Order: sequence, then C-alpha cells, then structure tokens
Amino acid sequence: MKFTRRDVIRTTAGVAAGALGSRFVGSPALAQEGLKYKPEDGAKLRLLRWSPFVQGDEDQWLANTKRFTEATGVEVRVDKESWEDIRPKAAVAANVGSGPDLMFVWFDDPHQYPDKLHDVTELGEYLGSKYGGWYDGPKQYATREGKFLGLPLATIGNAIVYRESWVKEAGFAEFPKDTAGFLELCKALQAKGHPAGFTHGHGVGDGNNYAHWLLWSHGGQMVDESGKVAINSPETLKAIDYAQQLYKTFIPGTESWLDVNNNRAFLAGEVSVIANGISAYNTAKINKDKDPKLDEIAKDIRTTNLPIGPVGKSVELFQVTTAVIFDYTPYPNAAKAYLQFMFEDPQMSDWITSSAGYCCQTLKAFDNNPVWKADPNNAAYAKASATLRPNGYAGPLGYASAATMADYVLVDMFAKAVTGQATPQEAMEEAEKRANRYYRV
Amino acid sequence: MAVPSVAVEQRSSILSRLSESRNALGFGFMLPAAVLLLVFLTYPLGLGVWLGFTDARIGRPGIFIGIENYQYLWSDSVFWLSVFNTLLYTISASILKFMLGLWLALILNENLPFKSFFRAVVLLPWVVPTVLSAIAFWWIYDSQFSILSWALQQMGLIDHRINFLGDPTNARASVIAANVWRGIPFVAITLLAGLQTIPQSLYEAATLDGASRWQLFRHVTLPLLTPIIAITMTFSVLFTFTDFQLIYVLTRGGPVNATHLMATLSFQRGISGGQLGEGAAIAVAMIPFLLAAILFSYFGLQRRKWQQGGGD
Repeated sequence: MKFTRRDVIRTTAGVAAGALGSRFVGSPALAQEGLKYKPEDGAKLRLLRWSPFVQGDEDQWLANTKRFTEATGVEVRVDKESWEDIRPKAAVAANVGSGPDLMFVWFDDPHQYPDKLHDVTELGEYLGSKYGGWYDGPKQYATREGKFLGLPLATIGNAIVYRESWVKEAGFAEFPKDTAGFLELCKALQAKGHPAGFTHGHGVGDGNNYAHWLLWSHGGQMVDESGKVAINSPETLKAIDYAQQLYKTFIPGTESWLDVNNNRAFLAGEVSVIANGISAYNTAKINKDKDPKLDEIAKDIRTTNLPIGPVGKSVELFQVTTAVIFDYTPYPNAAKAYLQFMFEDPQMSDWITSSAGYCCQTLKAFDNNPVWKADPNNAAYAKASATLRPNGYAGPLGYASAATMADYVLVDMFAKAVTGQATPQEAMEEAEKRANRYYRV
Repeated sequence: MAVPSVAVEQRSSILSRLSESRNALGFGFMLPAAVLLLVFLTYPLGLGVWLGFTDARIGRPGIFIGIENYQYLWSDSVFWLSVFNTLLYTISASILKFMLGLWLALILNENLPFKSFFRAVVLLPWVVPTVLSAIAFWWIYDSQFSILSWALQQMGLIDHRINFLGDPTNARASVIAANVWRGIPFVAITLLAGLQTIPQSLYEAATLDGASRWQLFRHVTLPLLTPIIAITMTFSVLFTFTDFQLIYVLTRGGPVNATHLMATLSFQRGISGGQLGEGAAIAVAMIPFLLAAILFSYFGLQRRKWQQGGGD
C-alpha cells in the first residue's frame, strides 16, 4: 500500500512511522480523505476485552496499544474477562452508564443498546473505504440504520477439526464436502471406535454454531425477513432428522457439553471430529514439545469447513466481535483515535498475524495476511467473515435475535429431539412458541 | 458578647438533652444500619419489583406493562420447569443437608481424638469458594473424564461411563449432590454449636431416669436444638433456593433446561438475553417461595410449645 505525504501528516508521528514500515500489500488506494482525532487533554482509556484463546492475540494487541500510548501519550488500560462474561458486563455498563470506555462485545450486543454507544460512522466509513470495504456479515452486527454502533473487529471462525489418520482408517480418502457424506463418515468413525462429538449443551459458542449450521444447511430459518417466526417448517424437520441420525454416531454425553468439552475430548483422543475455532489445533501445536501425545495429535490434525447441506452453500454462524465505545466515556476522541490506530495498518495486520488464525479480518484489504498460508490448517478459517450468516437470519438483528440465542431456543430444540425427550414435531413447535415470545414486539 | 455565650449554652443544652434521650440515641445508633438496609436491600428489592412490571431491556428503561411479564411466564413451560427444578433442588438438598449435617454434628460432639482437627476439616467444603468447588465437580461429572466413572469401571461395576450431566435425571441428582457436599459443613458446624449449649446436667438427669440413647436424643437434644435447627435450616433453604454458581458452572441450566433454577433462568433472560423486565419478574417470583420458607421455619419450628415440654 502506498501512503501519501498527506496521510503521514494527518496521522500521528508514531502511526505514520508504523504505517510507512508496513508489510501491507495489495490494498486499494485511499478512497477517502484521511481522518485524525485529537485526544482530549488528560485522556485515559480503559478497554475491556475477552480473554484470549491464542496468546499471540493478546500480546500483539498490548504491543499495539503501547505503540499508541507512545505516539499520543494517551494511557490505555486493557482489562480482560472470560468471553462468556463479556455480554453481561457490557449489558451492565450500558445500563448503568459507567464502566470501561471501550469494549469488545459479541454478536448482537450493539443492537441491544444502540443509544448507549458512541456513533463511529465517520471512522467506520473511513476505514471501510480505505481498506477495501467491510465484510457484510460483521458489518451487519456493527451497524444499525446506516450508522456504525461500533467497528467490526473480527470473526472467530469455526471449522471441522479432525484426525486425518482416523478418517482414512474409516475408509475416507478425504473429508466429505456434503452433509450426506459427513453422516456416512461419522457412522464409519463410530464403528472404528473413534466417534465424532458436537455440542448439544448450553455452550454459547459451540452449541450455537452447531445448531445454526444444522438448521441453515437444511434451509430452515428462525424468522423470515420481516421478523416473523418461521422455524416451524419442513426444512427444520429435515434438519432435526439429520441431527438425530448424526447424534447416534457421537460419543455419549454431548448434550451436557459446554464450550470447553469438545476441545478437551478431542485433545485427549476421545473423539475424532469436532467443530471448533483454530484454538483446538493451536493448543496441540503449542504444547507438542511438552507432551508427545499432543505432538502426535498436532501432526494428525486437519481442518476443513463444515459440510454443505441441501441449501448448496456454506452457511455458518461463527462468533463476531465488535469494538464499541460507550457514550458515557469522557474521552470519545481519544477512544476513536485508539480504535483508528488499532485498525490501521500495520497494527491490524500484525494483530491478525499474531492471532494465528483465530481472528479473521473484517476489512477485505487484509485478506492477504500471510497467516492464512502460514499453516495449511489456518485456511479453513480464512473466509469466516465472508461466509458468515448473522444470528436471527433472515430477520433483523436486535433484542429478539439476541434473546432467542441467549435462551438457547435452537440449541434446546435439537437437544430435545436428539435425546428423545420430544418428537421432532414437538421440539420444533416448542421452539416456535419460545421464539414467538421474543419476536412478539 | 453575651449573645454567643447564650447560643453556645443553648447548643450544649440541646446536645446534652439529645445525649440523654433514649429515643434520640436509639435513632442515632440505628441510622447507619437503616441507611445501609435502605440503600443496599430495600432499594434494589423495590427496583426489582418495579422492573418486573415493566418491559425494561438492557439500555432501555421500559414502561409499565402491569402483569404482562407474569402472564407470559405463566404460559412459559421453561419457567415452570425452572420452578419445579428449584423446588426439587431445594427440598432434596435441604433434607439431605439437614440429616447428614445433624449426623455429623452429633459425631463431632462426642469426645473424639483430634476433635479440633476434624472440626476444621469438616469446614473445608464451606471455605472453598463455590466456583472452585463447582469446577472440581465439573471434572468429577465430566462425560469423558469423570473419576467416578473411571473408578467404577476399574472396579468392574459399570461397563460404560456415567452420563452425569447429560441425562436429565442424572443431572438433577448430580447438582443436588454437589450442593449437599458444599452445604453440609454449614449445617453441621452450626448445629454443633447448638449441641454444645445443651447443659450436660439434663443428660445426666435423663440418664438417671433410665433414658435410652434414642430417648436422650428425642426428648433432650432435639427439643433444645430446635431453635438452632430453625435458624440454620432457614438460612440453608434460602442459600439453596437462590443458588446460582454451581448450576452456572456445571450445566448452564442444561441439558435442555433440566437443571435450570429460577435464579439461573432469571440471569439468562435478564442479563444474557437483555430482557431485564422478564428477568426481574422471575426473580420476584422467587419471593413468595422464600417467604413461605421463612414463615414455615418461624411458625412451624420456632414457636412449638413442646420445646418447653408442652404439647403443640
């Protein structure tokens, strides 16, 4: 990327120095005038983010933050919380009007309290035009009525993580690309004593990812474009039927699994196939020198995208995280300057690289980040932002979509049917009833 | 110059009167406690009750909607399941904690070697933070790595792992067991304190009258222990009824809401789901049950005349 003299002048000395040394290549030319926010005098910022799953992510974020402080003099305190605790913390901060100045939130959070968030439309549009545009999925989570409520930070990709030797042992030269072939593989793996395992419990990430893939890959949807509940459909029944068949091939107990269980079972060699972020593979890779068993597993791990169902295309939920600035912050300009700095190259490039495939870019210009080719297993996560489908598809994002997911309506529907606690029809009707409670407004 | 002197005298006279007034002093001493109660208990409780009558959501104050939240809950099967789970959890765990706690207290009240050591050890489950013990139970109940399943398999008693948290019945039993393990020390140590207040002379007198061990327990220990039992079990029931951490760590209310308690459902709907009004309504719906538990304890146990040797 070519930086003009004007860019250098408009950004701080430190930013420009970093930008000039960028490894960033192939991005479109700057399409919009540069932008510079002058931090308020004496500004100090506090960011609350989710605890990292890949240490490189946090290390690089902190390193970039340090560069920002050196360039601007604005101190930034970065706190972290378990990722599942972010949503309640953000909710409380928004409601009471006190807490961190900035936060990394999840899914539809920005749509739950849009009035409490600082408008970053100017910055969002500036970054979008400078870096090839935002991917639609992450952008939908961060925008409402044409305004940016936050900046789409990353998509945490989800992919099939499997043991290649066991798949081959089961008679499959390569991993099936469609749902029918996938079912056959799972049956064969179970017969060989290496069952698969997908989360049917209240795992916020894995449970929802799997349930949404089941539904969407078969053409079902929770609501239609107008927000009317549409879960009661023949497509949903097909999805439940498929889930029931698949569940019979799983290791017992997946209905109790939370987010950690599948990683744990996979890395212990108990299951052959799971769906997960790159962190499952990274854990094995990082610890392979300490544990010969993990070394063996790391060498055997392969990743691929979840199979394509009757709809004929890849449709997945993934987790999307958005960086928001709360309206109550006394330092909105400092907060915007900070976000701008972190999203600009080379900071963003460095962060994506250091995240080792865990955080997928939301700006198209960062597609060519070397991390996606650094390890063949990273490739399955490279297109997460491009292929994701937002929660509550095909309706609008908001209170109802967030509440329906938080109440595990879809997760419970599948779990109830696969464990035989209800017939597919009963499970579907109950999900419809529960969803209707949230989509009533 | 005389005016200030009069004013000082008047002030000192008012102070002196106040310092001698029982009412003023009583009010003064109670004021800090009253302020604390009002700010940290009454206000949040009142706010919670009010929120239950609104459609408040995260980031939006909401408007008064009467009993609409309660009407929705009335027809919500998950809510009723959580009520059932909460009652089952509270009643089962409280009975078990009482029986095992009382048993433990009676044993610890005997002249055992290393008595102090055992009393300290018994307190450990209570001392360990709930989240830590919940994580330990999470491993113990893991569907793949449970040490219980492993041990039973090694002993040849089972041929497959127990699905502790995946099967609804097993999951309910498992969370109740975890709660009992954690709650026993509180009951045991409190009842032990009560046992030690019973005069030894009563036992001696009853023994001289030829009372058996059971009669000693039934006619001396139990009546004199009843006030302590009432207080202890009231607290125990309240703690159990409002339990949150164990469930949140172990199951998040799963599988398929089989272990959702009213407290966890309230959090899930109110905070995670953003429906503050509905979450508050679920929390408020707990109040009648809690009041019933307190009233039962007060009227049912504390005021029984047979404690004083009379009939009911």
